Amino acid sequence: MIEVEGLTKRYGQTWALKGASFEVATGSVLGVLGPNGAGKTTAVRILTTLARPDGGRATVAGHDVVHEAAVVRRHIGVTAQDATLDDALTGRQNLVMVGELSGLRRPGAKARAVELLDRFDLSEAADRVMKGYSGGMRRRLDLAAGLVTRPPVLFLDEPTTGLDPASRASMWRIIRELVADGTTLLLTTQYLDEADELADRIAVIDHGRVIAEGTPGELKAATGGARLEVTLSEPHRDAVDALGPLVDGPVNVSHDGRRLRAPVRSGTGLATTVVRALDAAGILVDDVEVHQPSLDDVFFAVTGHETDPSPASERPAGLQMEVAPA
Amino acid sequence: MTLAIDAAAPGHLVAPRRSFVARWRDVVVLTRRNLVHITREPLQLSDVTVQPVLFTLLFIYVFGSGVPVHGGSYKDFAVAGLMLLNLTTSAMGTAVGLSSDLSTGAIDRFRTLPMWRSAVLVGRSVADVLSAALCLLIVAVTGLAIGWRTDAGWASVLAGFGVALLFAYAVSWGCACLGIVSKGPESAQGVGLIILFPMAIVSNAMVPTSGMPGWLQAIANWNPVSSVTAAARHLFGNPNPSAALHVWPMEHPVVAAVGWSVLLLGIFVPLASILYRRRTTG
Repeated sequence: MIEVEGLTKRYGQTWALKGASFEVATGSVLGVLGPNGAGKTTAVRILTTLARPDGGRATVAGHDVVHEAAVVRRHIGVTAQDATLDDALTGRQNLVMVGELSGLRRPGAKARAVELLDRFDLSEAADRVMKGYSGGMRRRLDLAAGLVTRPPVLFLDEPTTGLDPASRASMWRIIRELVADGTTLLLTTQYLDEADELADRIAVIDHGRVIAEGTPGELKAATGGARLEVTLSEPHRDAVDALGPLVDGPVNVSHDGRRLRAPVRSGTGLATTVVRALDAAGILVDDVEVHQPSLDDVFFAVTGHETDPSPASERPAGLQMEVAPA
Repeated sequence: MTLAIDAAAPGHLVAPRRSFVARWRDVVVLTRRNLVHITREPLQLSDVTVQPVLFTLLFIYVFGSGVPVHGGSYKDFAVAGLMLLNLTTSAMGTAVGLSSDLSTGAIDRFRTLPMWRSAVLVGRSVADVLSAALCLLIVAVTGLAIGWRTDAGWASVLAGFGVALLFAYAVSWGCACLGIVSKGPESAQGVGLIILFPMAIVSNAMVPTSGMPGWLQAIANWNPVSSVTAAARHLFGNPNPSAALHVWPMEHPVVAAVGWSVLLLGIFVPLASILYRRRTTG
């Protein structure tokens, strides 16, 4: 449904894309994962016909994004950080406008707006001006706008960046529902857990290139899964033995003997089990943490270095807008 | 018009190709959207509602006492000029609105939709003409309320309004160009003020040009605002002292006014389209 081959794009002296290639099969979800400035937004801008590539080619629904841009626009829904709705209109007016500009007649657009407002839990705020919406409400409205015409291909550019955990969870739920009805989805994110949660396949992008691609399972296997970190009240010689059967590899002990680290398969109730086992051995525990692998871990596993976001000044104007937390 | 079912993904819909009628429907949608904007932004709304009333009253009662007008009252002389003063300065709204649409990403959103691309500019200019018409109406009503009268047939009076509106339309395309090239709404407003305010003032709109120093008089007499003001005065049957000047646009105000408007449209419509395309292709 989406094919990208050797895409390059330069803004001034900075190469935003340096030959990115990936594919998204019909009805599947690709998570494009990378730090700020990696080229995610540029790729989405090209695929949604907002920017022209300097080299390479890309097709969406079988149509070239440069030469058949008008046809591509009839197949896509877009929720991007830098392609916003109208602050001065109400939620309802925004959706009706997008519907009409997508080819629906006014009554049809109004009916569809009611449906979407209801589905995205915005009915109450429907007739308020969007300026007063919270971050989470804005994103939901933005997403609703992308779905007005039930497009076969949907682009979501960092749909949860800057959202609080509750809004994030509700956004995930909505996206999962969408995917269930066969929409082909390209989603960009800075969070591994988000890509893991929502995507069938993940493309890791860094400095304008795809540096790794695979299923979330493959990627997590490469990063070594979750990590357990236990802080003891005071060093204890039985601690390593007590933890041994619960973890998935060697236990690493810090210099002062109080901090123990080990890879684990993230399981439910792991922290409880750990505390119980240590307690049974008469060991006092200050803190237990289970770290899920992060983007940084993925980067470390794939590239051997930490994420290295380009300074904001290197990014093209118009792409620097960060959405304020709700 | 119905949405086509996408063969590759059943249940999903592919938006239809834009027909000629659908393109104009896009223009209507965006015109309506821009009008909603004007009503929601206090500053823009006051530009076309409060400001015309205020200017009309202030100028007529403050300046009117000190400016002698040959062949009639200052009131009858000033109303056509006030129409042009208000139309010209409120045209800045176009530059500010377009520039803010470009910088907030609203236009990017439009550009991902299967709409007629030029509808963004056309819808903006249609909304401007409508708000200009409202502005004219308010000046006229305020004028009538304090004793302004026309002395010509209704067709001629209507033509006077028409000439003013045509000019407002042309100026709004000029302001569209300004809005597209400026960095943001604030700079659009700043630059717009520097261009439009002198243009409105260095003219025969508020005072007869005969009292100005020679070089300024030459500029004022060839200023399009003067031509349009003179044409409106002529068509309203109001005092028009400029008619006595031996300067071509003042001797043929209606031809000059229409000519200026057509010339400005001929320059700014294609220019705005080119600038817009350039700004939105990256």
